[in-house]
Amino acid sequence: MPAEAAMDTRKKAQIMDATAIQRALTRVAHEIVEKNKGTADLVLIGLRSRGVDLARRLSQRLKQIDGVDVPVGALDITLYRDDLGKAGPQPTVRKTEIHFSVDKKKVILVDDVLYTGRTTRAALDGLMDLGRPRVVQLAVLVDRGHRELPIRADYVGKNVPTAKSEQVQVMLQEEDGVDGVVILNNTD
Amino acid sequence: MTLKRKDLLTIRELEPEEIHQILDTADSMKEIGTREIKKVPALRGKTVINLFYEASTRTRTSFEIAGKWLSADVINIASTVSSMTKGESLLDTGKTLQAMRPDVVIIRHPVPGAPKLLADRLQAAIINAGDGAHEHPTQALLDLFTIRERLGRLEGLRVAIVGDISHSRVARSNIQAMRKTGIEVRVAGPATLLPRYPEQLGVQVTTDLEAAIADADVIMMLRIQRERQGPTLLPSLREYSRLFGLNVERLKKAKEGVLIMHPGPLNRGVEISPEVADGPYSLILDQVTNGLAIRMALLYLLTGGHPAER
Amino acid sequence: MRLLITGGRVIDPASGLDDTLDVLVEEGQILQVGKVRGSAFRVQGKKNKKPTNQEPPTSSVDRVVDATGKIVTPGLIDMHVHLREPGREDEETIASGTAAAARGGFTSICCMPNTEPVNDTASVTEYIREQAQKVGRVHVFPIGCISRAQQGQGLTEIGDLVAAGCVGLSDDGRPVMNAELMRRAMEYATMFDIPLLPHCEELSLSAGGVAHEGRVSTELGLKGIPSTAEAVMVGRDILLSEYTGARLHICHVSTDESIRLIREARARGVRVSGEATPHHLILTDEAVRGFTTNAKMNPPLRSAGHMTALREALIDGTIEVIATDHAPHAHAEKETEFDYAPFGIIGLETALGLILTEFFHSRLLTLPMIVERMATAPARILKLKHKGTLAVGADADITIIDPDRKWTVEEHELRSKSKNSPFIGWKLKGQAVMTIVAGQVVWETP
Repeated sequence: MPAEAAMDTRKKAQIMDATAIQRALTRVAHEIVEKNKGTADLVLIGLRSRGVDLARRLSQRLKQIDGVDVPVGALDITLYRDDLGKAGPQPTVRKTEIHFSVDKKKVILVDDVLYTGRTTRAALDGLMDLGRPRVVQLAVLVDRGHRELPIRADYVGKNVPTAKSEQVQVMLQEEDGVDGVVILNNTD
Repeated sequence: MTLKRKDLLTIRELEPEEIHQILDTADSMKEIGTREIKKVPALRGKTVINLFYEASTRTRTSFEIAGKWLSADVINIASTVSSMTKGESLLDTGKTLQAMRPDVVIIRHPVPGAPKLLADRLQAAIINAGDGAHEHPTQALLDLFTIRERLGRLEGLRVAIVGDISHSRVARSNIQAMRKTGIEVRVAGPATLLPRYPEQLGVQVTTDLEAAIADADVIMMLRIQRERQGPTLLPSLREYSRLFGLNVERLKKAKEGVLIMHPGPLNRGVEISPEVADGPYSLILDQVTNGLAIRMALLYLLTGGHPAER
Repeated sequence: MRLLITGGRVIDPASGLDDTLDVLVEEGQILQVGKVRGSAFRVQGKKNKKPTNQEPPTSSVDRVVDATGKIVTPGLIDMHVHLREPGREDEETIASGTAAAARGGFTSICCMPNTEPVNDTASVTEYIREQAQKVGRVHVFPIGCISRAQQGQGLTEIGDLVAAGCVGLSDDGRPVMNAELMRRAMEYATMFDIPLLPHCEELSLSAGGVAHEGRVSTELGLKGIPSTAEAVMVGRDILLSEYTGARLHICHVSTDESIRLIREARARGVRVSGEATPHHLILTDEAVRGFTTNAKMNPPLRSAGHMTALREALIDGTIEVIATDHAPHAHAEKETEFDYAPFGIIGLETALGLILTEFFHSRLLTLPMIVERMATAPARILKLKHKGTLAVGADADITIIDPDRKWTVEEHELRSKSKNSPFIGWKLKGQAVMTIVAGQVVWETP
């Protein structure tokens, strides 16, 4: 490819800033309360790693809305991925830390980006190994489309139409020192 | 991030970063053992063969459970060397197994280097579960894991290893592993059971047990293997116990709260007294539990695809 | 058949020759050694230095070999070879072993008696000699057993063995543990003036050992063979030799302590000599790392300190002989766990190249010193008549060496039936380009 085109390949476009993320999370928190008629039996399980940060933020907002501490757990789906051992080295396994029972709970899975749906599938399998929730719902900050499995989110911070060649990157204060969502144009 | 190798044969060949990576992975794996349903699908469709040429309950069982918790199909082949020497050679057995396409072969063998013989010739990942007096890398890794879990660090700690250093694969692997992670190791034992060239292992040796344990954070007692020590090496177990056994009285010479480890199986009343083995600072059962996490971590890390290397 | 070798540097320490000379061979003997100068042939030698006016030999010979730029030496003699025949013809035969010897520049080899059956009776000795006559490329001198069936209990019929052609006695591979038996064997051997060639190893010290007891064995968890296992026995046998007056030649010396004992004994006038193998002179126990079974031999490869002491002893003459301990083993037997692999490596085809590369080209030994250690001294110790020299009247066993020829040890080129060499793939400088046995060319580099 020509040199000038190469320079454009990872051009960033910001689609959410810190304020937009805050607003989206607040709205999602209200929708959760509304849909579940309160916070009774609710638990939040974030997917490693940014989903866990988002789950904590949602928990704070739920407390503001309903005055209740909604427990937050962390789920690592690595061992449930459908591409393990296929090619390349094994991805790093991180800790699953869920210090409560999910039995009979209303579990809200929280992830940063919903894309093919494969991560959600893995998360559902992982969750089922931990117990039998009454209901499982999915909350994501960004839904970028291109589903490969019959999965949809119950709560979406922002729908972002994307091309498959693009990459959506969520940055959060906790991990990245800044809040924002950008699209990287990856034309390789 | 992956291990930079197809097999795990020795601690000596591992980079310190690889050791930390294995310990970190085991840290994540440990949670699986606390679940009600102890199974994850990570190694679904993978075949793991336990090829044991020496009697072993704990190591074989540990690998078997680790493999099963990861959903691998685990097959045990137990064989004694005496029956093997009459029949098929190790290499022929290896080639036969290879034809069945296992992903991992775990081997324990009385001869140093036997796992390497297989590793050089088989596509499967080979894990050394103990080869003669050479190495027992998974034991050393689970020992490091146990120490790190309890004390929160490895760097700067002092560990005393006591017993038959000369014939011990556990000692050899642990000395390597500890040196690579910044632990100061000293070993103690009778003069006949100390290595003649300890500097090659990078440790200080002493025949004075109390000097060795005086400022240790951890004391690791080794099993005196009655079957291996002939009458020319030790006069009697009674005298060994009197000179090198760890009991409550002797423990008073060590630091308050010093942790006690032993790779098992124990000779109670020989190298370790029951009060010490079952005491509050004993990590002996933690070692067993942590063995599962370490072996899960290794099975997982060694079953990745390695397009560049394979 | 007359053969004329012209223009080579003739090195024969036995007759004090080191000059550019021609060698004329007839009827399997050295006829003349001298200089072609015009039409005159100047005969050289210790006694006869007068020029003679003979016919230019070139006109009457069957073959002229131009050895310009090459070294012409008495045929090399390997005192320590395992031919495996009778019994393990799958590993080596007298035919294949002597073919390997010819390629390696050896014109005579001594075969150790640990065959199946062992060479403990005249009939086995005779079998070997007959077989060597029939199919051997080079001379084969059998070594007979010290004890019956190598059991270390009763003496063999040494008189019979000597009469049948044995030139030395050894229980190589199964050291004589019984000191009384060793003493009596030495006393008995003095009647025939035949040397004993013990493999010195105190078995109780080496039991179960598979590698030198040192840093490498400590690290690898291999059972060690301490250097003292050899030296203790060297000490015993030197003392017994001194006591009995027997001639003693210590096989494959490998340790510093053994060398000290030999050096001290020789200074005292004890009739003891020693040999070193190329592998003990060139490799250390570092070669065992990786559990390489082709680095497993007995005595084991020692640490660098022992190797250095051995090199010094070879250079200063304490060790008089270089011998290979050529020990062929089937591939499958070496392709196994380190503990289970048999001891030993082949050496006939690599010895000269290794010694030239590591000692001559490194300026540690001169060519005459190498010839002394690989031909002159073995003939002297074994009292091989008319061998180890190019004196007029000697047997026409001649090795022509190109000291600068570069070659690589290739497995497929080995003439030995077994390929158990740690030197495969080594690039060497110096090789025998022609081997002549009893006036016949038995090997020529292609």
